[in-house]
Amino acid sequence: MLRVNDLHVHYGGIHAVRGITLNVSEEKIVTLIGANGAGKSTLLRTICGLVRPTSGEIRFLGHDIAGMAPHLVARDGIVMAPEGRKVFVNLSVYENLLMGAYSRVDHREVRGDLDRVYSIFPRLRERARQPAGTLSGGEQQMLAVGRALMAAPKILLLDEPSLGLAPMLISEVFRVIREINNQGTTILLIEQNAMAALSIADYGYVLETGVLALSGTGQDLLCDDRVRKTYLGEL
Amino acid sequence: MDFSFLAQQVINGISLGGLYGLIAVGYTLVYGILRLINFAHGDIMMIGCYFAFYGIFMFSLPWWASFLLAVILTAAAGILIDIGAYRPVRNAPRISALITAIGVSFLLENLGLVLFSGRPKAFYRPEFLSEIREIAGVRILDLNIWSFVLTLVLLGVILFIIHDTRTGRAMRCIAYDMETTKLMGVDVNRIIALTFAIGSAAAAAGGIMWAMRYPQINPLMGIIPGLKAFVAAVLGGIGNVTGAMLGGLLLGIIEILLVALRPDMAGYRDAIAFAILILILLFRPTGLMGQKLPD
Repeated sequence: MLRVNDLHVHYGGIHAVRGITLNVSEEKIVTLIGANGAGKSTLLRTICGLVRPTSGEIRFLGHDIAGMAPHLVARDGIVMAPEGRKVFVNLSVYENLLMGAYSRVDHREVRGDLDRVYSIFPRLRERARQPAGTLSGGEQQMLAVGRALMAAPKILLLDEPSLGLAPMLISEVFRVIREINNQGTTILLIEQNAMAALSIADYGYVLETGVLALSGTGQDLLCDDRVRKTYLGEL
Repeated sequence: MDFSFLAQQVINGISLGGLYGLIAVGYTLVYGILRLINFAHGDIMMIGCYFAFYGIFMFSLPWWASFLLAVILTAAAGILIDIGAYRPVRNAPRISALITAIGVSFLLENLGLVLFSGRPKAFYRPEFLSEIREIAGVRILDLNIWSFVLTLVLLGVILFIIHDTRTGRAMRCIAYDMETTKLMGVDVNRIIALTFAIGSAAAAAGGIMWAMRYPQINPLMGIIPGLKAFVAAVLGGIGNVTGAMLGGLLLGIIEILLVALRPDMAGYRDAIAFAILILILLFRPTGLMGQKLPD
């Protein structure tokens, strides 16, 4: 569905992504793990069109989208919930969700998706009229994911959804990611929480300073010695 | 000093201040989403007046058609200025955009001098607006009543667009976080161009009403109202539309009252506006209704 081919990206004077090739198949959860600065976020931002690649291909549903403007990438169905949540704190929760559905014209389905988001995240319904800035960190993360779902994504890109959340909320976030995937949405997940990410992923890639170090099914990587040592904190 | 004298001055202040406010709305809209002080705003207002002038005197349009067309053409001019001058420096440091704005301002003024000549031209005022009526001892020109009503209507329309439409939501999102707004599928450039269109249309409407008061126009007429409207926008809290209108009204009332109470100081009238600007920037830089700026 989404195929990245020998992608190189220079970002802020650094060769941040050095020839990455990866593949996300339909209806799967694929995760990308790696330390801070490994190039995970740059890769995701490049797929979304926020950063221009130096060379390489990003093929989505058969056509090359590398270097396309971000709003057109979003309209193609590649939707990102960015790192740090980035909800619009000056808008109400409801308005944030409407922003997710900004470019959709199928208004009846938008209504349905709104109900769906509210049923996944009942808290958002309770707080629909509140400014998003008054939500807690966990609630804002729910809103960021809910807002992305409102776009009816073909593929959902999640950049560090568990960052800065309390442990109890983290497991809730991963439960929700699984639920969204079960309902048929393809997911590309970036995480520093390697254990949690790999345990829900169908396939995983390990990124080290801009290159792919390892790849395999989530279970394989969880059992891999190098992964266990470097990312799961085992000695 | 009796009550009707004071009431008269306040009414005069409101009718002048309403125009400052309407022009200030354009400043504040653009600042709100781009953090750019569009110093060409007053000159865009001037362009609007010339469109209206030529509509009537060269193309013999009825005044209302000419005014309406002028507002639309000025909105289009605002879009062209955004695309031609500001879009190329969108990702440059903010100071580059500010310098560009000053450049656009000089360009428009001098283009005006070349194309329209520096000689002031008499502006048109429809007959029915020239009547003066007396209400409770206060004399008001019909033009000022209608100007104020129209100003409030336009303010209402602009507030509606910002708060209750899809485009307005996108504007508020850009104001907060342009990059994330792109991820929502919003064509940010299009929304910014629309913002310039709305601000420029408001400037043209304000300018035409301004021109009818005096009633004459010249290519440098936009400078002082432009600067005053900028003061009004800062006074109200730049970025806040309602604040811009309040700031305009307040500035108009202060100015008129000063001149009325101390006629000997009438020469300092413009200086007052800038003294207010300095005081606001010193003691309350966020203005009356401004929120804390994110950076």
